[in-house]
This record gives sequence, structure tokens and C-alpha cells, in this order.
Amino acid sequence: MLNVIEDSTVNPVEQFLRTDRMPHIWCPGCGIGTTVNSFSRALVESKVDLDSIALVSGIGCTGRVAGYVKLDSFHTTHGRAIPFATGLKLANPKLNVVVYSGDGDLSAIGGNHLIHAARRNMDLKVICVNNLIYAMTGGQTAPTTPGRATTSTNPYGTFEPAFNLPALVDAAGAVYVARWTTFHVRQLARSISEAFAKKGFSFIEVISPCPTLYQRRNKMGDGLDTMKYYKEKSKVKNGAPTGEVGLTLNGEIAVGKFVDRERPDYQTLMRAQYVESLGERYIEVTGEAEPEMECACG
Amino acid sequence: MRLTEIRIAGFGGQGVILSAVVLGKAASIYENGFATMTQNFGPEARGGACSSQLVVSDSPVLYPYTTQPDIMVIISQEAYNRFAQELKPGGLLIIEEDLVRVSNINRDKQVYAIPATRFAEELGKRMVLNSVMVGFFTAVTKLLSADAVRKAVADSVPPSFRELNLKAFEKGYAYGVDVMAAGPARRELEAVAVAEE
Amino acid sequence: MKADPRGVLTGTHFIDGDHACCEGALAAGARFAAGYPITPSTEVVERFASRVPTVGGSFIQMEDELAASIALQGGVWGGAKAFTVTSGPGFSLMMEHIGYAAMTETPCVFVDVQRGGPSTGLPTLPAQADMMQARWGSHGDYEIIALCPNSPQECFDLTIKAFNLAEEFRVPVMFMMDEVVGHMTEKVVIPAADQIEVVPRKHTKKSIEEYLPYGTNGDMVPEMAHAGEGYKFHVTGLTHDERGYPNMTPATQDKLVKRLQNKIRSAADRICLLEEDSLDTAEVVVVSYGITSRVAQRAIDLARERRLKVGKLRLITAWPFPDKKIADLASRVKAFVVPELNLGQMVREVERAANGKAKTFAVPHAGGGVHNPDEILNAIVEASRC
Repeated sequence: MLNVIEDSTVNPVEQFLRTDRMPHIWCPGCGIGTTVNSFSRALVESKVDLDSIALVSGIGCTGRVAGYVKLDSFHTTHGRAIPFATGLKLANPKLNVVVYSGDGDLSAIGGNHLIHAARRNMDLKVICVNNLIYAMTGGQTAPTTPGRATTSTNPYGTFEPAFNLPALVDAAGAVYVARWTTFHVRQLARSISEAFAKKGFSFIEVISPCPTLYQRRNKMGDGLDTMKYYKEKSKVKNGAPTGEVGLTLNGEIAVGKFVDRERPDYQTLMRAQYVESLGERYIEVTGEAEPEMECACG
Repeated sequence: MRLTEIRIAGFGGQGVILSAVVLGKAASIYENGFATMTQNFGPEARGGACSSQLVVSDSPVLYPYTTQPDIMVIISQEAYNRFAQELKPGGLLIIEEDLVRVSNINRDKQVYAIPATRFAEELGKRMVLNSVMVGFFTAVTKLLSADAVRKAVADSVPPSFRELNLKAFEKGYAYGVDVMAAGPARRELEAVAVAEE
Repeated sequence: MKADPRGVLTGTHFIDGDHACCEGALAAGARFAAGYPITPSTEVVERFASRVPTVGGSFIQMEDELAASIALQGGVWGGAKAFTVTSGPGFSLMMEHIGYAAMTETPCVFVDVQRGGPSTGLPTLPAQADMMQARWGSHGDYEIIALCPNSPQECFDLTIKAFNLAEEFRVPVMFMMDEVVGHMTEKVVIPAADQIEVVPRKHTKKSIEEYLPYGTNGDMVPEMAHAGEGYKFHVTGLTHDERGYPNMTPATQDKLVKRLQNKIRSAADRICLLEEDSLDTAEVVVVSYGITSRVAQRAIDLARERRLKVGKLRLITAWPFPDKKIADLASRVKAFVVPELNLGQMVREVERAANGKAKTFAVPHAGGGVHNPDEILNAIVEASRC
């Protein structure tokens, strides 16, 4: 079923939003709303059936995306969006499951799930909004905070090394890895569309400003200044070795599609194994509702 | 079938647990009584010593463990050394005679011995020694009907090994019937033990 | 509705409690489980992993218990009946997600095969020391249901009950086994599928326009929709209104949290399964649950041989606690004797509910084995003299 409105007089994003929940909680200049715009654009472009999408978030500023999109959406616990999404996908393989969360949620408290989902090649589309900091809780150091940046918990500057997320998920086995900034709205939308067409673990990192906590504390200006900064510092490096795309405080931001490869996803492998071992005894999970379930309620 | 506590002990790979499962099944499913089986778990249960406890009764079993076994089936020397002292006064001890040397045992205990491993090897597969032991147990204890245990054996082993295990059961059972006709072996074994000391 | 015959292994079996629990889950319609290996519970999911591909479901071994306890809830919202299985240390890790299930009203079952603790404790030996954790382990106010089987047969029967209660009340149900019950092997009779009642998901029949995800119609249990059906609903662990939207006000909190509590408390009489024996004539009542109830029965039999007037109250349902039953008994009996494989957990509830009207004698045991029936007998004798 295709239920996307393509009418130029309507804000293309609005149809994907719970307008009764506006205004949202995000600060002026925050990049998360921009990513939702690109996500909406991708929904239009990819023509994916909206009923088939389940969007799962963890906790944090980006975690609130689940609450604003007019989709089946789950705001789960801190760090656990990926395992929740894994359960959804296994119980109903027909779903297009999107995980939409922040860098702290996905790579710190949820880091173990991130690498294991990539290893399994679970068919999930992960959108990681990376604002380089813990924003919801007030600007603490994240595993992604570049060295020397100032945070509320590293008031003299961070000194611990940061994760290079594309390298992490590439090494763990993701089949699609891209990075853009919130300046690259069209490229981001295209990457999300490509992820929808891909079977397996896709990871799209979006470098996004937190003017209130990261930019202000590091004297990087407001939202607009950050757009200029992203424009100036970004360099498209499609296919770049992910080991070379790590971020620094004021250095180049490598963007582009770094990884796009084929590898059988978890459910394809599972099916093959069961067919081989069990033959006709294997009964595949289809995601169809049990007939009894529909008639026996009430 | 009054409340009877049984311990079966040996080492890993002898089918200790399977023996207990067969006897428990026979008691609870084919004789409509009650049976509770427990076993030792954990690192101590890997390889090495292996032991299971079986309580059978004609009323529901409450306490799941043996306190002082009425019957003990011992298939290794280590198990004998560890558990033999638990046996109830007047209790019945069944041993694999080539693997267990009886010593330090009170005269009131009845000891029955069978070369189960040798019989199993003669039948072609050492691993059926547990079915030989189960057959012997059935004849010697008369706790369960041979028919019930036979069914439980058939029901507990993979179909491809069913026939062999049933043969092993019959071998042990027949030997047990002969031994019973001759009376307990305790005195002779004790004589051996004394002679060796 | 009757059980789906594909999941029902009808027949007479000689299996342990862990395996019986798995068969109960399959009979109840569980088609998804996420787990992480931990002794003495792993046999449940090992069997599930082997059986479920042939009945139209799946099992996944997750990277830890945090993942397992939330993946199962993803499975539920994807349309499956789902559960996870663990023991002490893993149960500790799952606590946040018990709260999430309670808050989001995700029907699911957490099986805890209790072993000795704290910490790594006694991996292969029994305890009943997670009883308070099952009730209060997650933060905030919420209610759960907890069942305590005392035999492999009950591991089968009550697992079905656990799933049925979970679906009826949209609540996480704790299935509180212990190592002895999990690992003991006994006869388990599995009836024909058409003899097994299963409660289907309380799925909404409302249209997409009419559907209010957390709206209720008097029975306090909202109707569910599944992902992918077009309802485009929102689920959150935040305090939420009837639309499921976050609404962090004291008024919404009060309404929501009280409903989560009342939907269970108001049905407590129906949820509380008890086994009673000679309570009418008893002077002393032994209150027990799980494996300890079997050991206690031996002590009760010995006490009756001494002509002591002893009654038995077995808590098949531990949570919600049968307050009314204990209060009623407290007004008629001298004392309660409460043996349990912990240093005093449910005994506090008995004491609270008895409210000073009858004495309470704890028979604690730190775990690692079961009571010697004589310890319980001695407490009965002492209680009879009071």
C-alpha cells in the first residue's frame, strides 16, 4: 500500500509527523529536526510502505524522534533500541525496522548491541544522530566526543580517545555505512533511501550540532555557524577506508558512503540453516497474524 | 511400590543418568506410581564422577532427594568410595563387578555383582552396559515389573539402538534371575576383600 | 481459545522442570524467545531453540540479558507471544526491562530459575531468594504477577497460566522456579491441544481512527495493536496519556501508575492461586511455595503424627500476595510457620498481612539445598506451644 502524499502545497514532512505533539522539545539550531526532514524525504523517495515501518529509539534527544513520527514507533530504554528492534524484526520479518537514536545511546550504553547486530547482519536501518555529546543530560562526554573538546564532565577538555563509528560498525560487519552532516540534507535522504533498499545492517551516521551544549561550550557559534563550519570542513570521500574517517575537534569531516557490500543477513542465514537441517519440518515465521488471534479477542 | 530411595553412580559416559531415567519412567509412567529423579550438575558433573538420585513411591514423592538410599547401583570405584557409606542398613548394593571392589562394608548389606561391561562388549557395544545394569537391577530388586522396565528402555533410547538395548536388558535380567537363585554374593566378595587386605 | 496443536507435545513424559517449562510456553503459544545462557535455566531455551523452528517461531541468543529482556518485548509488539529465561545474576540485569514491560503494558513472561546468591553465589544449587526482587526489583511503583511451581508438571501447567495471565492483564509475569524444580525429573502429562485453554492477545478490533492505544473501558486493561498493522501507535516508557503520548504531569502519572497497580490489585482474588489443606481446623498454618512446599508437606505429615493441628497454605501465586487470606487466617489461628530458601522474604509479607493477630515463625535457609523437614517440624512444634 502506497500512502505517501506527493502534493507540492503540503509540507512534505508534515504527513509523517504527529502534528498534535508539536512543538517538539529540540532546541533552536539543533540538527535532529533536520535529520527527520531528510528521513521523511527518504520515505517519499523510497516509496516504502509506511505501514510496514517500525521506528525504534532509545533514550536521549534523538530518542524522542520516535514520539514525533506518525509511524509505529517505540521509545524504548537507554541503549536498547537495537535489541528491541531485533525482536520486532524476528517476530515479524515483513517489517522495515528503523533504529533512530543518538551516539551515546547507540555506542556507549548500547555499544555491545550495536556491534552484535552488525555482526549478525540483522536487517535494521540504523540512523545515528551524532552530536558528539550527551545532550539530554546536560553536555557530558560521550564515546564520540573528540579529544580536547570541553564537556561538563571533562571541564578541562576530554583526553580519552573517541570512537570512529563507521570503522566500528564496518569492522563488526555492517553492509552499508555512510556519514553525512546536517548540512547534507539531500545526500542524507539518498543514503536513507539506499538503506531501505538494502537487506542487512545499515548504519548512517549524521554529524549534528548541539548548539546549546557542544557548540556553545566549545565556542563554535550557533546553529547557522555550525552549518558554515560543516560546509567548510566536510569532504566527500565515498568508499574511503573507514579507518581513516575518524573525527577531530576542528579537523576535516569525511562524509560519504564508505561501505556498500553484500552479505547474507541473519534471517536469510537462519532460514537456510533450518531448511538444511529440518527440511519440511521447518515452519517459517511469516509475520502473518494467526487467524485465531484476530477473531478470538474481545 | 513403597517409598524407595535409589542412588546410581559411576563416571560420565556410563549411562548413569539414562539408567535413572529408564527406572523413573518405568515406575511413574508404566507402573503408574511416582518417581522423582535428580542429578548432580555443574563442573563436577563433567567427565569424572556422575551420580543421580531416584525416589520412587506409590504416593507422590515430596522430598526430592535420597536421605539414606535403600538401593545403590555403583559402576565405578570412585563412586563406591564416595557413596557406599550412605547405604541404609540392610540396603541393597548392586555393583559392576569388574570395576568395583567392595571393601569396608557392613555384613547387613546385600551385595549383588554383575560383569555388565563385559556383557555389553559381548553384545557389541560397550555403551549398552547401562541397559545390562538396568536389567540386572530389575531382576534383583523386584521393585518394578520387568515389562514396565522393558517398555521404558525401548522408549528411552534412539530407535536405531532399541533392539541392542533390549538385548542388553534381557542379558542383565537373566543373569539377575540366576544370581537370585544362588543368593547374594556378599560373602564371596567380602572373602575376596579380606584376602587382599 | 484452544492451544495451537503444533506447539503441544501431547503425551506422558519423564522430563525435568526446565524442559516442562519450555513445553508449557510452546503450548501457551510462545513463538519467540530471546535468552542468554545461565545455569540452571539454560535447558529451557535449549529445548525451545530445538523445537520452535518446527512450530513457526524463532529463538535468538542475545549478547546479554539486557538485550534478551528487551528483544522479547520487541517480539511481543511484532505480534508474538514471547518470553525469556534466566537465573539470579541475569535476572538482576533484566530489572529495568521488567519496569519497561509494566509501564508499556507489554504482555510477557520472565522465567527465573532461582539459584543461591548474592552475586554469582551457587550456580548449580537452589534458593528462593529472588522473591522480593521479582516484586520490587525495577524502580518505581508497579505490579507484577509471580507464580511458583513445585514440580515439573506444574512447570508445564503454570507456564501456560503465566502466559494467560500476562495476556489477560497485559503485565509481565515472573515465573519463579528454583534449581530443584528446574532440574528434577518427573512424570509430566501434556494433554491434547483442545484440552488446553490459552488466552489470546487482547488485540483491538477498533478502526485505525478510533483506536486509543492506552484507552481503557472499565476493565483497566487497554487493547493492543501490533507493529505493521497500520495503527501507527506510539509506545514509550515515559509517563504517557491514553494516546500513548508522553505527558509528564503529576495528574497523568497519578492516573497511569494507579491504573497499572489497580488492574492487578483489583483482580487479586482471581489471580491468587492457593493450595489449602486443613485450614478450618488448624492452629498452626505452614505457608510455603515452590520446592519448599514439598519439603514442608513432609514436616506437616510428621507433625500430624504427633497430633498437632497443622494446616497448609501453598502460595502458587506469590504476587500479588494473598493479603486477605492471611488476614482471615490470622484471626483464627495461633501462628504461621514460613519456611523458605532465603533468610526471610515472604515471611515479611505474612507478618504484615497477619498484622499482629497471629505469630509468625520464619524457618530461614540460606540456600544450596532444601530444608531438613525436621527444621520445619521443630518450628511447627514451637508455634503450637505459643
